[in-house]
Amino acid sequence: MIAELAHYALILAFALSVAQLVLPLWGVAKNDSLLMSVAEPVALAGFGFVTFAFAGLIVAFVQSDFSVASVFANSHSAQPLLYKITGVWGNHEGSMLLWALVLSTFSALVAIFGGTLPARLRANILGIEGAIAAVFLFFILATSNPFLRIDPVPFEGRELNPILQDIGLAIHPPLLYLGYVGFSITFAFAVAALVEGRVDPAWARWVRPWALTAWIFLTLGIAMGSYWAYYELGWGGYWFWDPVENASLMPWLAGTALLHSAVVMEKRDALKVWTVLLAIVTFSLSLLGTFLVRSGVLTSVHTFANDPARGIFILGILVLFIGGSLTLFAFRAPVLKSGGLFAPISREGALILNNLFLTAIAATVLTGTLYPLALEAITGEKISVGAPFFNRTVGPLFICLLLIMPAGPLLAWKRGDITGVAERLAFATAIALVAAGYFLWLANGGPILAAFGLFVSIYVIVGTLVEFAERLLLFRAPFETSVARAKGLPRSAFGTVLAHAGIGLVLFGIVAEAGWSEERIVALKAGERVSIASFDLTFTGVVQRDGENWRDQVGRFEVRRGGVLVAVVESSKRLYLANNQPTTEAGITTFGLGQLYISLGDSTPGGAISARIYWKPIVTLIWLGAIVMAVGGALSLSDRRLRIGAPRPAGRRSAVAPAE
Amino acid sequence: MTRRQRRLVLIGTALAVLSLAAALVLSALRDSIVFFMTPTELAAKQVSPGIRLRIGGLVKDGSLVREGLSARFEVTDGNKSLPVTYQGALPDLFREQQGVVAEGTLDKAGIFRADTVLAKHDERYMPREVADALKKQGVWREGEGAKRK
Repeated sequence: MIAELAHYALILAFALSVAQLVLPLWGVAKNDSLLMSVAEPVALAGFGFVTFAFAGLIVAFVQSDFSVASVFANSHSAQPLLYKITGVWGNHEGSMLLWALVLSTFSALVAIFGGTLPARLRANILGIEGAIAAVFLFFILATSNPFLRIDPVPFEGRELNPILQDIGLAIHPPLLYLGYVGFSITFAFAVAALVEGRVDPAWARWVRPWALTAWIFLTLGIAMGSYWAYYELGWGGYWFWDPVENASLMPWLAGTALLHSAVVMEKRDALKVWTVLLAIVTFSLSLLGTFLVRSGVLTSVHTFANDPARGIFILGILVLFIGGSLTLFAFRAPVLKSGGLFAPISREGALILNNLFLTAIAATVLTGTLYPLALEAITGEKISVGAPFFNRTVGPLFICLLLIMPAGPLLAWKRGDITGVAERLAFATAIALVAAGYFLWLANGGPILAAFGLFVSIYVIVGTLVEFAERLLLFRAPFETSVARAKGLPRSAFGTVLAHAGIGLVLFGIVAEAGWSEERIVALKAGERVSIASFDLTFTGVVQRDGENWRDQVGRFEVRRGGVLVAVVESSKRLYLANNQPTTEAGITTFGLGQLYISLGDSTPGGAISARIYWKPIVTLIWLGAIVMAVGGALSLSDRRLRIGAPRPAGRRSAVAPAE
Repeated sequence: MTRRQRRLVLIGTALAVLSLAAALVLSALRDSIVFFMTPTELAAKQVSPGIRLRIGGLVKDGSLVREGLSARFEVTDGNKSLPVTYQGALPDLFREQQGVVAEGTLDKAGIFRADTVLAKHDERYMPREVADALKKQGVWREGEGAKRK
């Protein structure tokens, strides 16, 4: 019964999304404020119905109602409750419903917090959001309905893929979708601007909190996915340049560029056309990601099922939105009054360079991701473009980007002082050289590329802090003055520092992991010892342990450092009983910023068990750095000037002005 | 600086960044892409030892031999089969008669030395390259792998 109600709610939500598309846009065309004002209640109602449908699906999963096909295919009565719930989106149908839920959530947020937007802009945005929702809800209802029943009802479900039975599934997809779909708002802003034929700095100011929100979630979503792959797949890798990972990286790159170009537009009334284009491109790349993942064009852990009809349908959606918006852009962009040009050596000049590099990196990743598909379609030859390609292309471009990054905030708007910047960066360079040399000495040398990477990451962190110290007059003025200045700084200034330092931390982690990891592949019998880095490990044997729906063979390792027992690591081979599917549950222990990573392999003929043991120094900075970046984003978002819907109506602002 | 000069600087920088990216992409495409082949294609084309390849097919029934930390097995597409050696831990879902993709190089004796072995992520699905390879040899059973059973 609940499945039918939820299905019905989904149909109603589709009807509402069509209303949300048609009525406000019609209102804009006729300049009818009543029609335009329909958008908000309709968006809120649509959100309510999609939420109901989603809740209905959760209930079906929790109750293990195997008469519902998607529950049968992806759940099992013995599965722990958490994985019954997360199993809702651990499959194609449910994950598309989650996509729709996130989309309608953002529509509702615009309806709630968009009160300060001009009525026409708001109606346009909600109308465009309605169009996206209508198409995706139709897609779900027509090809990916999660509420279909099967008859006769099976006794038992087929279980969620064991790899997905992890807390990661509860966190990674929702965060990633909040990022992906969050950019639909900036897309809607861009299309609305093109329809109206008008953008101004206020537009950039309105768009920034939304772009920032999406960016924060996307950053966390990517980092979480990376950490999940790292601990779950048992290879110790955190990024595989898998096409699906690239699909999430591309919108992140374009979205990061968008955040920066919107600043230029807000402050200097320039880069308007470019910012609008970036907003379109960012969401287009999100859609492309959805297409690559959901169409079955690629095979990966993210692909749930291949159904050609779905692929064609999503391709159609892609063509409709990307083609449509770019066509609109081609016709309407010339109408937008373009802003002035400015001096190359200036804050805005540096931001342009940032945009050039970010888009060049995004284009490179896009090329590497689509090239195999294109080649196979044209010549039939199958190739794989993997890590070597991306390391050789994205690596140098990213290094260039990071080298100029600390210079940006040091430059003044309009006309920067290059010699002053060079002096301050010379200081950062000197510190980075000394620090990198010190680390190299600590590590008894290392690969030259890694040493260079180390230098760049420290340079980025120090350079960013130098700029911050500069603003506070730290060490130049009395300490009280610095504190007073820190209090006076907008939160977004702290946000920038954290986000920039965060990327430096990420690079530091990547470089340390790549350059100074140690690996042992050994076959061990109980009581045998192995040493790695500064640790001595004793394998004490394997014990069996039963869980709710699995059985573990747990290998225990006593870890000693200088003869002192510092940890006992358990690593296991887990067998999920419903489908007899094995997984590797790596044993990971953190020491400082580094991690000891043990994953068990198969038993060897002699009665020993094979194990991969890694020591990965400073590896946790890869994810901690990403969290620092996201915290920086959140701080900026909490800035009074940027809070969602922040721009005060013109009347009040002018009333305040004389008092200043 | 005049407006014209500013525009030239902007366009020049954009071109410089783009051509840097293009140069990196082209050089990397030349050296670091890896071709995928089935055992049949590999037998037909003379591939010289040392070139990186991806091969795929089914793990031949009864061919898997483990010796300490290394493993030997044969990959077949139903027509030809290819001996493979691998050092290290095989993926969880590596089984005989299941799809597998391996990356590595051929040695002079015609044995494929894999440094990466990929199996399926899930009981239900098969690597697409393998499915295509099997279809090509006519040994694909409908309802297997890529589609839901």
